[in-house]
Amino acid sequence: MNLHYEIPSDDLAHAGEASSSVKKMLVQLGIDPVRIKKAAVSMYEAEINAVIHGGGGSAEVTIDSDKIVIRIIDNGPGIADLELAMQEGYTTASDDIREMGFGAGMGLPNMKRYADELDIQTRPDKGTIVTIVVYFHQ
Amino acid sequence: MKLHEIAKILDAEILACSDSDIEIMSACGSDLMSDVMAFVKENVLLLTGLVSPQVIRTAEMMDIRAVVFVRGKVPGQNIIDMASEKGIAVMATCEPMFIACGKLYSAGLTGKGV
Ligand SMILES: Nc1ncnc2c1ncn2[C@@H]1O[C@H](COP(=O)(O)OP(=O)(O)OP(=O)(O)O)[C@@H](O)[C@H]1O
Ligand SMILES: [Mg+2]
Repeated sequence: MNLHYEIPSDDLAHAGEASSSVKKMLVQLGIDPVRIKKAAVSMYEAEINAVIHGGGGSAEVTIDSDKIVIRIIDNGPGIADLELAMQEGYTTASDDIREMGFGAGMGLPNMKRYADELDIQTRPDKGTIVTIVVYFHQ
Repeated sequence: MKLHEIAKILDAEILACSDSDIEIMSACGSDLMSDVMAFVKENVLLLTGLVSPQVIRTAEMMDIRAVVFVRGKVPGQNIIDMASEKGIAVMATCEPMFIACGKLYSAGLTGKGV
């Protein structure tokens, strides 16, 4: 099954709708709740990052019998130093963003923790593609 | 600890609740949602001073079934409706974060035994 979602830019009120919809789908499919949580949390973190750092983008999700593959794509500024960005607590989020509940510098470390596989392709001024894989039986 | 006991300890107003017999084993207090998502325990109560639909989204993704808004902040109807739709209980207390957490901890909600 292939799903496509647009991720609106700078609209934190609606951010997370794609992740919410994917989560509902996985519940309907009867996937193990522990696996669903891994997929939902990592996708949600990536979706929020696309909104607050990437200027919006899109999500391409493929669900098959043994796994879910989630690609979050944005055309934003890219991540200058990925190794640094992966560290717990590292953030460039503004105070405005923090007032809206984000900017702990925990999103990428959370993705790493919850995803079975995480791949990040990023180029300065070209954007970022985050690929998350979660297996349903493991 | 049952949800209705928590409401009593915090003198909290219940704004949405489908089941006040939910058993809570541990609690997490934060205004930053990714901190909440770094919290790995089960049957979690979320306490937060952030009033935003993203609090409910975070609870949804994390399978958190109950949220307490602290410091007298009252969420808008859109947030309450969103929570009800997802079966997430919502309460509001006038206690500030530190006191709310302290009261629950002293009453035995220590997060152990999970
Ligand atoms: N899609 C992206 N485009 C550009 N920069 C990004 C992107 N994702 C992450 N970053 C950069 O990496 C940093 C760390 O990201 P991470 O998700 O870990 O934390 P955060 O988003 O700042 O805060 P949190 O996720 O805890 O709310 C960000 O502050 C930002 O500088
Ligand atoms: Mg983030």
